[in-house]
Parts: sequence; C-alpha cells; structure tokens
Amino acid sequence: MIFSRALGNTLRALLERDPRVILLGEDIADPYGGAFKVTRGLSTDFPDRVRTTPVSEAAITGIAAGLALEGFRPIVEVMFCDFTTLCFDQVLNHIAKYGAMYDHQVECPVILRTPAGGGRGYGPTHSQSLEKHFLGIPHLRVVAASLYLDPLTVFSQLLSQSEPVLYVEHKLLYPLSMVDAGGDDSPELLFGLDSGECGLPTVTISAVPRRECTVTVFAYGYGAVQAANAAWDLAIEEEIFAEILVPAQIAPVDWGPLERSVAVTRSLVTVEEGTAGWGWGSEVAAQVSRRFFGSLRRPVESVASARDVIPAARHLEQQRIPGAEAIAQAIREAAR
Amino acid sequence: MPAIDRTPDLRLVGSPEEPRDERLFRRMFFLRCFEEAVLDLFSEGLLNGTTHCCIGQEADCVGIAEHLTPGDHVFSNHRCHGHYLAHTGDAAGLLAEMTGRSDGVCGGVGGSQHLCAPGFKSNGVLGGTMPAAAGIALAQQLRGTGHLSVAFIGDGTLGEGVVYETLNIASLWRLPLFVVCEDNAWSQSTPKRLNMAGGLRERFEAFGIPTREIDTTDVLEIDHTAGEEIAAVRHAGSPRALVIQTYRLCHHSKSDDNRPLAEVESRWLLDPLRVHGVRLDGQRRGEIESEVRQGIGSLVECLRRAA
Repeated sequence: MIFSRALGNTLRALLERDPRVILLGEDIADPYGGAFKVTRGLSTDFPDRVRTTPVSEAAITGIAAGLALEGFRPIVEVMFCDFTTLCFDQVLNHIAKYGAMYDHQVECPVILRTPAGGGRGYGPTHSQSLEKHFLGIPHLRVVAASLYLDPLTVFSQLLSQSEPVLYVEHKLLYPLSMVDAGGDDSPELLFGLDSGECGLPTVTISAVPRRECTVTVFAYGYGAVQAANAAWDLAIEEEIFAEILVPAQIAPVDWGPLERSVAVTRSLVTVEEGTAGWGWGSEVAAQVSRRFFGSLRRPVESVASARDVIPAARHLEQQRIPGAEAIAQAIREAAR
Repeated sequence: MPAIDRTPDLRLVGSPEEPRDERLFRRMFFLRCFEEAVLDLFSEGLLNGTTHCCIGQEADCVGIAEHLTPGDHVFSNHRCHGHYLAHTGDAAGLLAEMTGRSDGVCGGVGGSQHLCAPGFKSNGVLGGTMPAAAGIALAQQLRGTGHLSVAFIGDGTLGEGVVYETLNIASLWRLPLFVVCEDNAWSQSTPKRLNMAGGLRERFEAFGIPTREIDTTDVLEIDHTAGEEIAAVRHAGSPRALVIQTYRLCHHSKSDDNRPLAEVESRWLLDPLRVHGVRLDGQRRGEIESEVRQGIGSLVECLRRAA
C-alpha cells in the first residue's frame, strides 16, 4: 500500500474509533480531498468532524488549540510545509506553551500534519522543508513520516500522549509503497526496530549486521529512502556497510537508539532536506560529538540542502537538494 | 510558607443577596483596590516583572461577568486582572501568582498576564488568543452545551491579521463566540488615529457579525447591554461583538504614560467608580469601600508577612 493511502486509512481509523478526533484544513473536503488527496472520502463519511477551512493557517491552528484545550484531538492539515510559518506564533507562543505556562492545569495536544520537501518542481515557496525552525521548541514533538513505520502505529502513540506535534510528510513518500520491515518487501536489507525511550521507535536498516557496519546514517523523510538505497548499493558495489537509523520522532531526539549504533560504528552521517546549518544535523552532530568525544573516528558529516531558495527548474532544484550521490559520497567518506 | 486561602472573600466579591447596585460598585472597587495595591507593591519592590492594570475599565469586566455562567469560557489578554477577578474572585491566587508563589494561579510561571482557572485563560500575545477562543466556541457547539466563549480584545489588537481570519470563520461556522472589544483609544503609547484606518465596528460587521457599540463607563449600561448581547449569542448560537468605548486611567504597564495630561485628567470625570458611585447612599458606599479595603489589606498583609 502506498504511503498516502496508509495515512488516509489511519485518519479514517482514528475518526472511527475516537470521537475526539477532528480534522481541519484547507481544501480537505470531498471531492477534492486535500492537495495530496490524503483525506479523500473522509468528509463524506464524517461531515461534522472533517472541515474544510478558509485560507487562514493561523486561525485554523489556533482553533485547533481551542478544541484541544477543551478535550478534543484536532489534526490540522497545513497544505504545504512552507505555510507553517503562518502557524508559527500559534505553535510557539500558544499551543506549545499552554501546558507549562498554566502550571499543567491544561493540555493542548494539537497535531499539525504538513507535506514538505522538494523534488516536484514546485519552486521556492512550495518545496521547502522548514521543520528545522520548529526543532527545539519546548514541549513540541516533531515527527517525520516514514515508509518503515505504519502511520496508524505512530498516530495511535501520538493520541495516547498530551504534547502537541508537528508531523512532517515528505511529498515524495506519498506515491511510494510502505515497506513491511518484517516482511518480504525488501529481502535484501535487514530491518530492525529499536523501541527507544520516547514512545516512538527508531527503525534500523542495513545490508549486514550492525557489528560489520562502519558508519551510522541518521536520516528521516525521503532522505531515509535515499539513504537506504545508498546503503544497499554501497554494500553490493563497494563493500561499504552502513547502518541507516530512521527515527520516527526527530525532536526531541531519542538518543538511545543512535548511541547504540554509533557506539559500534564510531562514525556518523546525518541527512536532512532542510537548508544546511543551524538545523537537525548541527544539533545531532554537537550532541554525538559530546557523547562520543574521543571515540569517533572522524567528525560527524551532515548532508543538507544548499543555503539558498529552491528553484523551480528541475536541473537547478537538483543542485540544491541532496541527491542520492551526495548522500552516497558522504557515507563513503564517513565509512573510512 | 503557609498556603493561602483562595476562597473568594465576600467582602470583595459581594453576595448574590446584596442589592445589584451595591454589588456592582463593590466589585468594581475590588478591582480598583487590588490594582492599586499591586502598583504599590511594585513601587516597594515586592513584585517582580511587569503588569498591565485596567484602572478606569473596571465596568467592562464587572458588567460582562454578571452574565456568564459556569461552563462559559473567557479568554483575556495582557490586561487581564480585572477580567480574571470579576470571573473568579480569586484575589489571593492572583496576588500569590504575581509574588511568584507556588500556590499562585499558575505556580508563579504565568505572572501578571498568563492566567488560567476553570473557564478562564489569558495570554500576552494579543490577537493570537482569538482563534483559541473560537476553537473553544467550536467545542461548545460540537458538544451542544449552550455555553459561549468570550474573547476580550482591545483596539490595538485589531492590527493583527489573525483576528480577521478568526472573525471570518466564527461567522461562517456560526460559533457561539462573544467578542468584547474594549476600545481605550490608545494602543500602548500610540493613539488610535495613528493606528487605525476605517471604522472599528465595521471591522466586525464586514464579516456579518452583529455588533453593538457603546460609549460609556457606566457599569449599569454595560451590564444591561451585555445581558442582551450574551442572551442573543446563547439564543442564536452565533457570534456577536460588543465594542465599548472606554479609557485607561492608568499607564500602559508601570510607568509609561505619554498621553496628554489634560486628556487623562478629563477622563477621570468619567471614572466608572464615580459614575456609578453617586447612585449609592453615601454611608453605604463608605461601608462597602471600607470592607473592600479591609479585604485587600488583609490579603496584602498576609503575603507581605510570607515574603
């Protein structure tokens, strides 16, 4: 099953089993069913609880906050990650603050879902991965969609806890098939699950057992798919063995699974599609360098997009966003 | 440090049996005395940070609160003491909060402008509270409770775009949202003429939201109008707005007031305590004032001893 269908089915299951769940978002109602068709069919079956909204990102985020404060479990679709800037004040100064600011008298478990990333030629304001601006906001969890973890598992966990969440869906995942990590989809690669400490697991992917790997790659979103492909190709063609770690939650980072891998490989590459610097890779590099000071074989390598706008033209876009070769090259270097 | 008693003090909030005229005066005087005490405590260095008093706007707080019932919700702003006290009567909790005590409203985290109690919240980023208030109204609508959500905003708040996004959706979805816009003519240090183009009431009406505008500091007029408007929101289950032309007689926060002295002085003639106070028997008024002063005095004394 492709990811967008799995996600749509997840939202349907949540609506069916939890009357507190409300979906809000621009153009999410039928027959359109959302810009990426994730919610198709849901407004027909749940007309009061699946609401298409005006083009008002700040207000719908804030309305979700009011619903959540009153005990509902709103899930907002922000049509493009680029538009999350319009929700930023609501997330930072309202939603993520309420619990602690009011001395835990209330909870505000809003979930924002948003399609992110390039590769589709949508240009400078419809292609960005802006999640780095939300990393580190106290009491906000940032979770990344993945082909390796059933979204129903992820959303069930998110609904069982009380912190607000930004759930980032890389657009290139939508048409790709979910990978059954325990099944026959990819018999070549070894899949594992480190349940970690944050409630959401980290998936491990490699061609050979961890003890034979000489580099850990920490990646999420479409970057995780590229990294997994690179791991296979490098193993077959160059006998370079990498272990890919795909965390469901990218902030706060669940360090346990990463530490367990880096303790063996003693080398790390991070992969993200946001612009380079001041981001996820920077923080992971700083933390891992501190935790493994003296035992890393080489500095942590971070792969990210160029610090520039994302062009619409395909050939220019490809120059800015990390591609398979850039990731493979970083792994080669780090595996030495 | 002994825990404070947060049971509302009847000397401050009055009792339901008290004649309405007297009770409204008592409650306004309670708000005034509380904030005067707060400003004194700041001057003495016993309070930390900042505060925004509503001296001169007490009639709005008291008049609206008269018509709210348990289950209704109030979302207020940085200038929230009056709204909070009129809604909860919790002077002890608020003063404890402002002195940073763990038994304060929010354990000392919120301070003067981030308050929370059942049916009440305030936050310090102006228009951002509007959609949350609308979301609470949506929750009330979905549950069919018949309750309403009140958003207190000011004229300055109307500069922020999220307000208009919210008004549009509230009207479109017929949410039981009651917006009270206290237009005190000054946005911090900036007069309205430098801040606002077009009409104020028209901003609400443009979204099809029925809007009343009153230019008064008379608590009886506000009480009466609020009663009608709140009943209308409950009856129709859809949003309404009330614009109250009022005036802040104190500075914006603690010591920042560049408004023309003559303008401020002339507005003291319309001090809501003065406007309504003349209706009361002089001796009775004196008794009420004395009771409120004693109530606030003993509270301040209690916290001062603990400090």
